[in-house]
Amino acid sequence: MAPPDLRYTKDHEWVRVEGDTATIGVTDYAANQLGDVVFVDLPAVGKAVEQFATFGVVESVKAVSDLYAPLSGEVVAVNGDLGSKPELVNSDPFGDGWMIRVKVGDTAQVDELLDAAGYEKLTAEA
Amino acid sequence: MTDQPAASVSTTKASDPAEHLHETALIGVHRALGARLIEFGGWLMPVQYTGILDEHRAVRERAGLFDLSHMGELFVEGDDAGDALAAALVSDPRTLAVGRAQYSMICAADGGVIDDLIVYRLAPERFLVVANASNASVVSDELAARLVRWRAVLDDRSLATSLVAIQGPRAAEVLAPLTDVDLAGLRYYAIAEGQVAGIHALVARTGYTGEDGFEVFVDWARGPEVWAALAAAGEGAGVIACGLGARDTLRLEAGMPLYGNELDRETNPFEAGLGRVVKLDKPGDFVGRDALARVAAEGPEKQLVGMVVTGRGIARHGYPLDVDGKRTGLVTSGTQSPTLGVPIAMGYVAPGDAEPGTILAVEIREQPVAAEVVPLPFYKRPKSA
Repeated sequence: MAPPDLRYTKDHEWVRVEGDTATIGVTDYAANQLGDVVFVDLPAVGKAVEQFATFGVVESVKAVSDLYAPLSGEVVAVNGDLGSKPELVNSDPFGDGWMIRVKVGDTAQVDELLDAAGYEKLTAEA
Repeated sequence: MTDQPAASVSTTKASDPAEHLHETALIGVHRALGARLIEFGGWLMPVQYTGILDEHRAVRERAGLFDLSHMGELFVEGDDAGDALAAALVSDPRTLAVGRAQYSMICAADGGVIDDLIVYRLAPERFLVVANASNASVVSDELAARLVRWRAVLDDRSLATSLVAIQGPRAAEVLAPLTDVDLAGLRYYAIAEGQVAGIHALVARTGYTGEDGFEVFVDWARGPEVWAALAAAGEGAGVIACGLGARDTLRLEAGMPLYGNELDRETNPFEAGLGRVVKLDKPGDFVGRDALARVAAEGPEKQLVGMVVTGRGIARHGYPLDVDGKRTGLVTSGTQSPTLGVPIAMGYVAPGDAEPGTILAVEIREQPVAAEVVPLPFYKRPKSA
């Protein structure tokens, strides 16, 4: 289930916007599709990410997938736990499996993202 | 998030319902178990049920059940069956005792590998050749053509045979109560005819996981019964259904080649480290002999190695391998090893860079990441009684 307080990309990333800070991860649908996640490659703090451009990579046992940023901004935090426990992406994708936190430049970019209902419609059709 | 086809089951892709795909007799079982189905070698096959890591560990610690009905079963029979196969393949099946098996390959005249095979001797002049699913029809046609001048006939029973494997340290104790085949007397790389769950079967002690285990060949329609009997008998032992995903990580840890990754028409057995399979001195000519004798004399142009990635990242099929900034080869398979907990890979390098201890750079998304050449296999099962 897609939590109603989040926004989503068509590429299965979620974002939680609080003030000018956005927390980003991948959805439970994405985690299920990937299978067991074994490696996550994320940008360093201070790097810029751009809306809908790749910001990292998530790898399962059998596949490599790009991660797309829901919003533009500067990385202010990275989930270091994923280095030793990448399986958090599977076990708690909307919680402890978060990936990066970004200081958002333009919060109006949120309008270009799906809401929970729109995202669920997308995955139901997939 | 978008998937790239960097998987080491590299011929897989998402299933397209519009495509015509073969389905095994067990497709209903897979669907009922909630398997994720993918296209593999022209077949709709389960890639995973509960999860690749779960299934991988089940096979290493207990046992797993595999549907391998997509593989090709080619029966070769006749007065000249042994001589014919010796002329068609690089190994010498004539040296097999009845009831024993050997790993083999069918090569082109230039020495390139058409497929890797297991050959079982079922009777003095009756053999079973098991081919990879993706190559089954090519091998069937090629073998039939190579048998023409011999008193031997090919009976392609690929679509008439279900193949169910049980692999893992507890496989024997699960299978034993279901069969009249003496499993204690059935050695590794041996095969016997008998009953499994009351169904006529060929039971072979072979596999592709690095564990002890059995492959059970039955008539196509009996596949689901054999599966159900093994699943029920194995429940208490923690036996679970395993898909192609776990099969791939298991064989990679065991250092076994996968056709399409480590083996192809542009690769000869010596390059793949499988020169011991090629019997250059066997009586009679065989397809590929001249080319392979040359490779044996001159040495291979590339060499398959195992690697452990010591830097950050996972090496995948197709990633470049460099030494001192110079290209030496390509990764053929790679994953995070579920058993060892480190990223492992196989790949081809120039012969001078194949020594264990050599430090290579894998190009992972344009970044050089350190990897060390290590001896194969990565994983060897603990010796048991």
